[in-house]
Amino acid sequence: MSIFSTKKSWINLTIWVLLIALIIAAPSVLPVFRLNLLGRYLSLAIVALGVDLIWGFTGMLSLGQGIFFALGGYCAAMFLQLNSSGEFPNGIPEFFGLYGVEKLPFFWEPFKSSIFTLISIWLIPAIIAGLLGYLVFRNRIKGVYFSILTQAALLVFFNFFNGQQKLINGTNGLKTDVTQLFGQMVGSEIMQRWFFWISAVLVILAWFFARWIVRDRFGNILIGIRDDEARVRFTGYNPVIFKTIIFSIAGGLAGISGALYTVQSGIVSPQFMTVPFSIEMVVWVAVGGRGTLLGAILGAVLINYAKSLVSEALPASWMFIQGGLFILVVTALPEGVLGWIRKDGPKKLLFLLGINKKLETYPSLEVNEQGEVKS
Amino acid sequence: MQLFLESLFNGVAIGSVLLVAALGLAIVFGLMGVINLAHGELMMLGAYSTYITQLIFKQVSFLKPYYDLYVIVAIGIAFLVSGTVGILLERTVIRRLYGSPLETLLATWGVSLILQQFVRSVPLAYASGLVVALFFGLFSPLFISDNLLSGAKGKLIRACAWGFSALLGVATGGILSSLVSKLSRASARNVDVTAPSWMRGGIDFLGITFPKTRLLIILITVISVLVVIAFLDKTAWGIRIRAVTQNRPMSDCLGISTEKVDIITFGIGSGLAGVAGVAVSLLGSVGPNVGGNYIVGCFMVVVLGGVGNLLGTILASFSIGIMTDLIGAGRLLTIWPDMPSPLYSTIDFFATTSMARVMIFALIVIFLQFKPTGMFPQKGRMVES
Repeated sequence: MSIFSTKKSWINLTIWVLLIALIIAAPSVLPVFRLNLLGRYLSLAIVALGVDLIWGFTGMLSLGQGIFFALGGYCAAMFLQLNSSGEFPNGIPEFFGLYGVEKLPFFWEPFKSSIFTLISIWLIPAIIAGLLGYLVFRNRIKGVYFSILTQAALLVFFNFFNGQQKLINGTNGLKTDVTQLFGQMVGSEIMQRWFFWISAVLVILAWFFARWIVRDRFGNILIGIRDDEARVRFTGYNPVIFKTIIFSIAGGLAGISGALYTVQSGIVSPQFMTVPFSIEMVVWVAVGGRGTLLGAILGAVLINYAKSLVSEALPASWMFIQGGLFILVVTALPEGVLGWIRKDGPKKLLFLLGINKKLETYPSLEVNEQGEVKS
Repeated sequence: MQLFLESLFNGVAIGSVLLVAALGLAIVFGLMGVINLAHGELMMLGAYSTYITQLIFKQVSFLKPYYDLYVIVAIGIAFLVSGTVGILLERTVIRRLYGSPLETLLATWGVSLILQQFVRSVPLAYASGLVVALFFGLFSPLFISDNLLSGAKGKLIRACAWGFSALLGVATGGILSSLVSKLSRASARNVDVTAPSWMRGGIDFLGITFPKTRLLIILITVISVLVVIAFLDKTAWGIRIRAVTQNRPMSDCLGISTEKVDIITFGIGSGLAGVAGVAVSLLGSVGPNVGGNYIVGCFMVVVLGGVGNLLGTILASFSIGIMTDLIGAGRLLTIWPDMPSPLYSTIDFFATTSMARVMIFALIVIFLQFKPTGMFPQKGRMVES
C-alpha cells in the first residue's frame, strides 16, 4: 500500500510484535485477576476502533457510543440469564420474581436461541445506530450539533434502561458471572481464560476489518467527508449514505465490544451508558492517535491499564489526571501518541533538548524503493 | 382552569431554570461555535458560591442583621465567580483551539472533570481564596493605565498585580477558614442551602399555591433575560457581540477586536451559568455533580432554539419545561381522564421525570426532521449553513 511508507510500516510492525507477544505471554505470566482486566481492556479496544472509524476517519464526534456498547452487553446478558434460569419458577430469570412479573416480556423470547444472540449482539446496535444516524445525517446535522444530540440520546437510553425494573431489572443491571454456559460458570477461571482469548482474536479481526474498510475508495470518501463534506457532496457522492453506514458499523463494533466486556466484568447495567464512560472512549482514541487504527487499540489498553493502576494507588487523583489528559491531548498532541511518533516527534523533541543535531537537508525528498521521488 | 394554570406555572418554573442556564450556553455557542461542556460545572460553582455566601452571612457578626438578603448578594457573587473561572478557561484553553469545535468539546470536558474533583478535594475556603486571587489578577490590569502597562516596567507592574492578588487570595482563604469551620475541610458530601424566611411558603392565588422559591427563580430569570437583551441591543459591546456572531471575519476587518468580544461574551455566558447555579441551589442540595443534571437539558434548548436568536432560546426552554411537566407529572391524564386506552397506557408509561426525558428527546428528533437548524435558524448563504 502506498500510504504505508517504509518507516511507518516499521513502527507498525514493532507495535504489532509487542502487542501479540503481550497477548501470548499474558495468560502464563499474569494472575487471573490481571488477565481478566487485560481481557476487558482488549474488548474495549474494539469499541475504540469503532470510535476511530467515525471520528478519526469521518470526523463525526459521537459522545453516545455507550448506547451501542450497552445494547450488545444486554443482548449477551439476556441470553446467559435465560440459558441458566431453568430451575427458577416459571423458567424465567430470578429477578423477575422481585417485581411480580410472571411472564417473560416478549422481547426476551428470541434470546433463548444462541444463534440469534450471536447475531443480535452486533446487528441490533448496528440497526439502532443506523436508524439514529440516518435521521440525524439526513438533515445535515453535524459537528457540535451531532455530538450533543448523541450525548442526549445516550442520556435518554440511560434513563430508559434505568427506570424499567420490570423489563430488564432497571438500575441493578443483569448479572452474568453466576450464569451457566456450556456447563461452566461464566465467572469461572476457565471461562475467563477463554474469553480473554476470544477478545484477543476479535480485536485483531476487528482491526483487519476496519483496515479493509478504510484502505480503499470507501475510506477515501470517509476522509473526504471529514475534510470537506460540502465538496464531497458537490462531487456527486451522497455523504448521508456513507455516514450512516460507517456509524452503523461503529455501532456494531461497539455491540461486540460490550458483549465481551459484559461477560468479563460479570454484569451489564445502565452504568455502561453514563456520559463520562462514552467520552472516555473518545479520549482513548485521541491519546492513541486518531486516524490510526492501531492507535485506538493502544490508547484503549494503555489508558485503561493506567486508570486501574492509578485508581488503586490514589483514587482521588485519577479525575485530575484524566481531565489533564483531555486538555493536554487536544492542545499539545492533536495527532495522538502514534501520530506524534510517526511525524518524527521524538526526533524533534531530542532536537529541542539539544541532544540531537538536525541532519535534514533542504529540500528534503521522500524516495520510494525504486528510487523514484514521491509526489 | 385551575389545573391548567398549575401545570403552566410548573412548566414555566422548570423552563426558567433551563433558560438561565441555556442562555449563557446559547450566546457563547452562537458567537464562537463552541459548546462548553464545563457549563454545568460553572453552574455548580455558582451554587457553591450561594452556599458560601450564606455561611458567611450566618457567621460574620456585622452581616448577620442582613441575613435575609444573602440570596441577592449571592447572585452577584455567583456571577463574578463563574465569570472569572469562565474567562480563565477562555484565555487558557479555548483560545488555543479556535476553529476546532470538537476538540474544544473534549477539552472543556476535561476542565469539567478537574473542576468536579477540585470541589471535592480542596477545602472550599481555599478554593474561594483561589477564585479571589484569579479575579483580581485578571481584572486589576484593567484599572492600571495603558501607558504604565506598555511602558518599560510593564511586566514588573503586571507581576506586582498578580502578586498582590495572590496575597489577597491567601488572606481570603485564611480568614474564611478561620471564620467558618465548615469551609476549612474538604468534603465530597452534598451541602444544603436554606432559604431565608421570606422565601418559604407560598402565595395563594385563584386557589393554587405558588411556592415563593419558584416565583423568585422566575423573577431572576426574567431580570437576567431583560438585562441580557438590553445589553445586546443597547450597548456598544452588545452591538459588537452581535456583529461578530453574524460575521466574524467581516467584523474583524471593520476594526472590532474579536479577541475582546470573545472574552466578554464568554465571561457573561459563564456568569449566567453562575446565576443559574443560584437558582439550582434553591431547588435542591448542592454537590459536585449538580451541573450534570441540567446540562443535557440546556443542550436540548440550544438545539431546539437555534443559534443566534434569544427568542428561540426562550421559546425552546419554556416549551421543554412545559412538556416535561405535562408528560412527566402525568398531567395529561388528569386533564383528559377518559382518553382511549392504548393512548392512556402509552402516556402512563412515560409519566415519570426520567421517562418524560425519553419522550421529549424523541419529540425533538422528530422536530429536527422538519426544522434541522432549530426554531429560528440564522439566515445566510454559506454552504455550511
